[in-house]
Amino acid sequence: MATQHSRSAARLMMSPAVILLLGWMLVPLIMTLYFSFTDYRPVALPPTVAECCVGFENYVRFFTASAFMDSVWTTLIMVGGILAITVVGGILLAILLDQPMWGQGVVRILVIAPFFVMPTVSALVWKNMFMDPVNGLLTHLWEFFNATPINWLTDVPLFSIIMIVSWQWLPFATLILLTAIQSLDSEQLEAAEMDGAPAIKRFWYIILPHLARAITVVILIQTIFLLSIFAEIFVTTNGAFGTRTLTYLVYQRVLESQNVGLGSAGGILAVILANIVAIFLMRIVGKNLDA
Amino acid sequence: MTMTMRALLGATALCTAASVVSAQETTLTIATVNNGDMIRMQGLTEDFTEQHPEIALEWVTLEENVLRQRVTQDIATNGGQFDVMTIGTYEVPIWGQQGWLVPLDDMPEGYDADDILPAIAGGLTVDGTLYAAPFYGESSMVMYRTDLMEEAGLEMPDAPTWEFIKEAAAAMTDEEAEIYGICLRGKAGWGENMAFLTAMANSYGARWFDEEWNAQFDTEAWSNTLTDYLDIMTNYGPPGAANNGFNENLALFQQGKCGMWIDATVAASFVTNPDESEVADSVGFALAPDNGLGKRGNWLWAWSLAVPAGSDAPDAAKTFIAWATSKEYTELVAENEGWANVPPGTRTSLYENQEYLDAAPFAQMTLESIQAADPTNPAVDPVPYTGVQFVAIPEFAGIGTQVGQEFSAALAGQQSAEEALSNAQALTEDEMSAAGYN
Repeated sequence: MATQHSRSAARLMMSPAVILLLGWMLVPLIMTLYFSFTDYRPVALPPTVAECCVGFENYVRFFTASAFMDSVWTTLIMVGGILAITVVGGILLAILLDQPMWGQGVVRILVIAPFFVMPTVSALVWKNMFMDPVNGLLTHLWEFFNATPINWLTDVPLFSIIMIVSWQWLPFATLILLTAIQSLDSEQLEAAEMDGAPAIKRFWYIILPHLARAITVVILIQTIFLLSIFAEIFVTTNGAFGTRTLTYLVYQRVLESQNVGLGSAGGILAVILANIVAIFLMRIVGKNLDA
Repeated sequence: MTMTMRALLGATALCTAASVVSAQETTLTIATVNNGDMIRMQGLTEDFTEQHPEIALEWVTLEENVLRQRVTQDIATNGGQFDVMTIGTYEVPIWGQQGWLVPLDDMPEGYDADDILPAIAGGLTVDGTLYAAPFYGESSMVMYRTDLMEEAGLEMPDAPTWEFIKEAAAAMTDEEAEIYGICLRGKAGWGENMAFLTAMANSYGARWFDEEWNAQFDTEAWSNTLTDYLDIMTNYGPPGAANNGFNENLALFQQGKCGMWIDATVAASFVTNPDESEVADSVGFALAPDNGLGKRGNWLWAWSLAVPAGSDAPDAAKTFIAWATSKEYTELVAENEGWANVPPGTRTSLYENQEYLDAAPFAQMTLESIQAADPTNPAVDPVPYTGVQFVAIPEFAGIGTQVGQEFSAALAGQQSAEEALSNAQALTEDEMSAAGYN
C-alpha cells in the first residue's frame, strides 16, 4: 500500500512528463483557439495579422457555409464505410488465417503488407494502376468481360476512396482480431462441435462474443485515425465530387485560402465534433471494455 | 609530440578553420521547386561558387505545392528562413505590392535586364519595378499529332480557331482504338483546370471580375466557354477526364492516346523526346485557339527567383539571382547538357540564337505564345487584376480551387453547366464580400 509520502514522491517524479505532454497538447490548441477569434489573413491586401477579436464571426461563417454540413456527412460516411469494410473483412480474414495451412507465415506477411505502404503511395498506386479509366487494371478487367469500364474516381469517388483506405486498414483490423481469435480456448469450440452446434452458430455464439473487445479496440483506434483522413483525398480527387471531409475543408481554408482565422475556427469545430463522436463511441461500444 | 608542437598544430588547425569561415562568410538559403531545370541548376552551382568563394549555398528543394505553402508562411510571418525564393507569376505581384520582396532594380553590373521578354517582365513588375528575375517561362499552346491530322485530311493552321479545334477533335477521335481527339485538364484546382479554363474564357470574351470586382460567372461569355468545354470533352475527350491534370494528360499524349493537347509549352520537350514519348516524331505545334475576339486562350507563367525583404544577405542573394538568370548561365547549360535543355522562355536573345532554334523545334511557337499573352490586359474587356490564367489577388487560390471543383463536377456529369456556373457565381460573391472587396 502506498504511503502518503511515496504517493507525493511519485507525483513529483511524474510531473515533468505530465507538464511536457500538457504543454505539447495545450500550446497548439490554445493558439488555434486564439486564432479562431481573430481576423488573421496573412497574405490579404493589406494583411490582417491576428487582429483580435472578431467574436464568433469565424465560427458562424464556417458553420453556415454550405460546404460545412456536406463535409460532415462526407466524413461520417467515409469513416462508417471504412469501419464496416475493415471490421467485417478483418473478422473473415482473421478466421481464414487462423486455419492451419501451408505457407501460413508468408500469407500472413502478405496480408499485413498494405499497412506498411505510405498513404500517399497507396493512393497513387490505386489511382494510376487500378482505377485509371484508360490504362487501369480494373478498366482492362471490365473490358475483358465486355463491360463498360467504370470511371471510378469520378463516378463513384466516395466509394473509391473508401476502398483505397479500407485496403490500407484491413491488415490492422485483421492483425488485432487474429490475435484475439488465437487467444480463444479451442476446447470450448471442440465441445460445442461435439454437442452438434453448426459452424455458423459456433461463430455467432462463441467466436463473435469473444472478439467483442478486440472489435471495440479496432473501431476506437480506427475512428480516431480516420477522422483526420487526408492524403488519399488530396492525391485522388483534391476534394472534388463530394469527397471533401471536414479535415480537407479546414486545409482548404487555412492553406489554400490563407485564412488562418476561419480555418482555426473550423479546426476547433472539428476537434469538438471528433470528441462528440469519441464520447458517443465510448458509451455505445466502449462498455465492452469494462467486461 | 612535444607540447609546443601540439600547440603549433592546434593553432594551425584553428587558423585554417578560421580562414574557411571567413572565406565563406555568407550562406544563402535557397528555396526551390523540384522541377528538372532547377535540379540541373543545383548541379551547376560549382561555376557560381568558384566565382564567388565568399558565398555558400544551401538548398531547400520542395514539391510545388509544399514549396508554395512553405515560402508563403515564411514571408507572411517574416520568418527570414530563406534568402532566395522560387515563386511564380501569381505570387510576385501580390508580394511586391505588400513590400515583402526586395526590388531588383539594381542588379550587378553586366546583367542585361532589358533582354528579358517584355510579357514575362510585365508579370513580375509592380508599378514599374521588377521584383523577381525569371528562371524559366512558359505559355500554353496546341500540341497535336501530325499523323492523325493527315489521316483525318486536315491541316492545322499556325493560329487555329476553337471552331477548327472542335472539327479536328471530332475527326481524330477513334474510341475503339483508344484515341481521343483532345485531352484537356479537368482536375480541380486553381493551377489545374482553372488555369486552362480561365485562359480559354479570355478568348471567349469572358473575365473573372468586372472593374468593380463583381464576379462574372452569370454572363453569356462564361456560359459559352463552359458549354463548349464540356461539349468538346464529353464527346472527344478521354474517359475520366475530370481527374486529369498536367501529368495525366502528358502520359496519355506520350502513349499516343490524344489527338491534341492544349497545355504548357514546357511539355513540348517531353512529348518530342524519343526516350519518353511513343509519338515523338509526329508532334506538331500551333498557337492556342481564339474566337476572333482578339485574345487567344494561352496563359503565361514564369518560375522566378526573388529576395524576401527579411533576408539578411540581400546583396549576395542578388548576385546569385543574377548568375542563375543570366545569359552566361544559359550558355553554361548548353555547354554541359546541350541547347535543347536550356531554361526556355525568359530572354529575347535566346530566341535569336540559331543554335537554340535548331535544337528546339518548338522554340518559335513557344516565343509567339509567350508574346501573345498580356498579363496586365488578359481579357477582351477591361479587368482590375493582373494575371492571364489567374487573378493576382491573395483570395484567388482558395476561390479558384472551389470554382474548379464545380466545373470538374460538371465535367464528371454530376451537375449541368448552368448549375456549376451559378454555384461558382455564388461562392465567388461570398468569398469576395467576406474579403472586403464589395
